[in-house]
Amino acid sequence: MGLELYLDLLSQPCRALYIFARSNNIPFEFKRVVLMKGEHRTEEFKKVNVLMKVPALRDGSFTLAESVAILLYMARKFKTPDHWYPSDLQKQARVDEYLSWQQVNIRGKASKVFLIKVLIPLLAGQPLPPEKLEGAIEELNAVLNQFEEKFLQDKPFIVGSDVSLADLIALVELMQPVASGYDLFEERPKLVAWRRRVEEAVGKQIFQEAHKEILNARNLTADKIAPELREHLKQQLLKQVN
Amino acid sequence: MGLELYLDLLSQPCRSIYIFARSNNIPFEFKHVELFKGPSNSEGAGKISLLKKVPALKDGDFTLAECTAILLYLSRKYNTPDHWYPSDIKKRAQVDEYLSWHHANIRANAPKTMWIKVLIPLFTGQPLPSEKLQEVMEGLSTSLKQFEERFLQDKAFIIGSEISLADLVAIVELMQPVGVGCDIFEDRPRLMEWRRRVEEAVGKELFFQAHEMILNIKELSNIQIDPQLKEHLAPVLMKMLK
Repeated sequence: MGLELYLDLLSQPCRALYIFARSNNIPFEFKRVVLMKGEHRTEEFKKVNVLMKVPALRDGSFTLAESVAILLYMARKFKTPDHWYPSDLQKQARVDEYLSWQQVNIRGKASKVFLIKVLIPLLAGQPLPPEKLEGAIEELNAVLNQFEEKFLQDKPFIVGSDVSLADLIALVELMQPVASGYDLFEERPKLVAWRRRVEEAVGKQIFQEAHKEILNARNLTADKIAPELREHLKQQLLKQVN
Repeated sequence: MGLELYLDLLSQPCRSIYIFARSNNIPFEFKHVELFKGPSNSEGAGKISLLKKVPALKDGDFTLAECTAILLYLSRKYNTPDHWYPSDIKKRAQVDEYLSWHHANIRANAPKTMWIKVLIPLFTGQPLPSEKLQEVMEGLSTSLKQFEERFLQDKAFIIGSEISLADLVAIVELMQPVGVGCDIFEDRPRLMEWRRRVEEAVGKELFFQAHEMILNIKELSNIQIDPQLKEHLAPVLMKMLK
């Protein structure tokens, strides 16, 4: 039994893992966990991650959660090219710095837009008040400005001339609001150019494959969601956006 | 000009860096940033101004933010003992996993106790909102339960028999509620034992020195808060109350 990756490609960190593994030809078994069907709450999955979250990894008897931990584990175990997590002290620190900052900032704000535009209305049967979305978009733009000014600047990639884990984690997060119908790339040519470079670096086909489901997210219907999950999920998500 | 660390020991991530550097005899210049005095009273004021600008590191021309990034940089540059960030990739992954989970869980909840019990009343003049505190304590309880069941379990330290960055980052965060009178160790003997082990591993004197300010938080009520800062933060804090 080799490496198993437990993923739902609707989830941003899951996509990062999928792309990284495929792009580096890391052999793995794709274990699909459909969140909407509550598959992350089964006894079976709890054996892999008792905290019931995706992504998760199982490598023999070793289990691991948290996308950053999993990405670094794979990079080290399969000795992926240096640029993903450079051995140069300062470059490595820059990747660490981005991976840390992004959790609350890019990931937090980008997810919020998706939740407000797509997921919560789906669960609640009605949209949220428009000011909620406006507020979330404003917050997202503030962090996007920081991303451009502090992290990307005028470099081809976050850490310099080569793609790294930082770019991968960043881009999958930014695709979430795009999938919800908010094209944050529209008035940001620097980000468009960076996105193109990252897609090419990982492989356009792999990138598209990873994003096929999420780009169809607006076609999701409420019946796809397990009824027993609906109320719980709605409450949880409302809390997240408030 | 050597290593400079910009810190305010009222801040949890600052304490983990301070303890790590001192415990490993890493030579550095302590640049004290007094968060509540606002920009004009802080050294290096141009770059380090408001909350979230500490901790910060300056090593020659190289500047770095984000606690995790700084701790990792220091451990690598100064070749600290292996147990802090083990070279064994599975143990290392477990440290990464904790550091990542910590952000969205312990760090999302523990600091709120200070905001609610001390800072909000101090900044806004509004009385302590007790239902809000209740809510926060419940959230923190859930995180602590997961911490004990998933991360600490029956081990001496998070990744086994030796202390690592994971324990250090966790403990400083859990001291925040203690400082404001919410002793989360009181009914949790396993956590209390772990805390004792961590204190001994880093050095009791150093541990208490790092925590002197937060444990004497009543002094904070006498601090003259920069009026500009008060004006800036009061609406943000009021929002937190909702």
